[in-house]
Amino acid sequence: MKIVTGNDLKTGAVIWWTGESWSIHVNDAVDVADAAPVIAAEEAARRVNGAYVIDAAATPEGIRPAHIKERIRALGPTVRLDLSLDPTATPDRVL
Amino acid sequence: MYLYDQYDQTMVDARVAEFRDQTRRRIEGTLSEAAFRPLRLQNGLYLQLHAYMLRVAIPYGTLSGAQLSVLGDIADKYDRGYGHFTTRQNIQYNWIKLDETPDLLADLAKVEMHAIQTSGNCIRNISADHFAGAAPDEIIDPRPYAELLRQWSSFHPEFLALPRKFKICVIASETDRAAMRLHDIGIRIVRNDAGEIGAAFYIGGGMGRTPIIAPLIKAFVPLDQLITYSEAVLRVYNRYGRRDNKYKARIKILVHELGQEEFTRQVEAEYAHMQTQAIEPPLAELERIKAYFADPAFETGLSEAIDLSNPDFARWVRSNTGAHKAPGYATVVISLKPIGGIPGDATGDQIRVMGDLAKAYSFDEARVTHTQNIVLPHVKKANLFALWQALVAADLGTANLDQITDIIACPGLDYCSLANARSIPLAQKLSERFADKAELLGELKLKISGCINACGHHHAGHIGILGVDRKGVENYQLLFGGSEGADTSLASIVGPGFTEDGIVDAVEKATEVYLAQREDGERFLDTYRRVGVTPFKEAIYG
Repeated sequence: MKIVTGNDLKTGAVIWWTGESWSIHVNDAVDVADAAPVIAAEEAARRVNGAYVIDAAATPEGIRPAHIKERIRALGPTVRLDLSLDPTATPDRVL
Repeated sequence: MYLYDQYDQTMVDARVAEFRDQTRRRIEGTLSEAAFRPLRLQNGLYLQLHAYMLRVAIPYGTLSGAQLSVLGDIADKYDRGYGHFTTRQNIQYNWIKLDETPDLLADLAKVEMHAIQTSGNCIRNISADHFAGAAPDEIIDPRPYAELLRQWSSFHPEFLALPRKFKICVIASETDRAAMRLHDIGIRIVRNDAGEIGAAFYIGGGMGRTPIIAPLIKAFVPLDQLITYSEAVLRVYNRYGRRDNKYKARIKILVHELGQEEFTRQVEAEYAHMQTQAIEPPLAELERIKAYFADPAFETGLSEAIDLSNPDFARWVRSNTGAHKAPGYATVVISLKPIGGIPGDATGDQIRVMGDLAKAYSFDEARVTHTQNIVLPHVKKANLFALWQALVAADLGTANLDQITDIIACPGLDYCSLANARSIPLAQKLSERFADKAELLGELKLKISGCINACGHHHAGHIGILGVDRKGVENYQLLFGGSEGADTSLASIVGPGFTEDGIVDAVEKATEVYLAQREDGERFLDTYRRVGVTPFKEAIYG
C-alpha cells in the first residue's frame, strides 16, 4: 500500500493522511491511489509540511512502513521510547 | 568572557523580531515553505524526523552559568526536558514547535545567545580549544581571535551564500584538542622565531564523505592581518568553489582540485589585493575584546594536594581532571557519557546544575567540548571533592574521559533525517559492554556516525564506526587508526560490515588484540600503528 506522511506545519509532529485529515498514529493511515492532489491541497492549506508518499504494508499488528526510517518516524526515537506514542514498545518494533 | 555591546544585542534582537514576522507569515500562508526554509535554516531551525530541531550557537563553546541555566529552562519549557550537546560545541533541541520558536529565540537573546548561522551555506559557529585560557601549554588564549572572527563572519554580506557550509576553528597550543585540522580553516596561533605572535592557517580539512586533513597553507599571518587573510581565503573559495555538486562544494575539494600550490597562489594574490582595501579592524577592537578574556582572579599560594582516600573520587580525579596554568587549580571535564546513556544528552535539571556549579566553582564559566562533554575550566583543587559530590548527586559523575565509554555519537537515525543507521543504541551497547574494562583499556577514542556526513567524527576515531543502509537494513563498518589530536590521521575501513550486535563483538575482539599486544605506555592507537591491521583482522574476521 501507499500512504502519505509529512510533518505538522506548526508543531513539526509526524502525521499520516487518514483520507480526510491527519493523524499522529500510523495505523490511521489509508491507502492512497493518487497522492499528488492530496499533497498539493494539504500543503496549500498549510496543514502539513514536506508531505510525501511511502510504501507500507497492512499487517495483523497494524500498518508497517517499508523502510526503517519511516518505522522510527511512526514510533519515535528508539532510545527514548518513554517519549514515543507507545511507551510499552520495544526497539525491536522498528527492525 | 565576552559580553555583548549594544551592536551585538541590537542585531540579535532585530533578528528575533524579523524571524517572528517570517514565522507568522509562514503560518498564515503568505510565505511558502520554499521561501521560508532558507530563512528558518539561517536561524538554526531544521525539520528532522520527529519534529523541528533548533541548533543554538555557543561561540567557541564558552558559556556562563546564567546561559547554562537558560539552556536548561529552554529544555523544559520548549522541548521535552533535555538538550543534546553536539560535536561542534553547540546544543540542539529535538522537539521544537515552529510557532514557539520566536519566543524561544527571545529567551536566548536575553542571555546574549542565538541560533544564527548554525545552518546554511555560511560561516558557522567558530570553535576553539575547550581548555582555552586554562591550558598550561597554550601560547595565548585563542578566544579573542575566535571572537573577532565571530564578529567578522556574523551577517557578513559576502559570505551568506557560500558554495557550502564553512567551519573555522582556532587553537593556540601545539596539542590540538579541537580537531583543528579537520575544519575548512584551522587556525593555530603561533610564535615565530622573532618572538612575534601570529596565525598559521591550515585550509581545506574536513570529514564527511571525503575526509581530508587540512594542509598548512600559510605558516605565519601577523595578527593585525587575521581578518584580511581570512577574507582572502573566503573570497577565493566563494569565487571558485563548486556550486554544481553539493558533494564537491566544500573548500577541501577546491584545494584538492586546484592543488595546494595553485590554491595558495590565488589566496596570496587576493590577500595582496585585500591589503589595499583596509578591511582589518583596528587593533584597538581586538584589545577591547581581549579585555573580556582576561584571566579570572586566581588565588595564589594554593596547595596542590588532593585527598584521594575515596577510591571513586580518586578514579574521577585521575580520569576527568587535568593540568591548569594556575598553581592550585585544575581543569574539570564533566562526562555526558553515563554508562548506557545517550552521548551528549543532558536534562534541563542537569544543565542548570552545571550552570550552578560553574558559578560556584569555576569563575562562572563552562565550556562545551566537541566530544560532547562539559568543561569547568578553572576549579580550585581544594574544591574538587565538593564538586565531584555535587556531580555524582546529579548523575554527572561518570569517570571515563577519553576512555572507550566516552563515545562520540551523532543523533543518527533515531532523530536525523539524513542518517542511514542508528548511532545511539550502538553507543549504549558498547558503553555497557566495556563499562568494567574501560579504565584497563586506557585512552581509546571511539566515534560513531550514522551516515557518511560524519557528524560523529568516525574518521577521527581510534576506533570509528560508520552506519550504512544495506537494502533497508542497518549495517556498520568498522574503522581503525583515526586521530584528531596532534597526530591527526584518518581511520581506514578494516573489512566487511556488521550487524549492530556483530560490531559490538568485533570491537571487543579488537580490544583483546590490543591488550595482548600492547607494550608499555601504548594506547590502542599506538599499538594499531605499530603492529598494523593484520592481527586485528585475523581476530575479528577469523
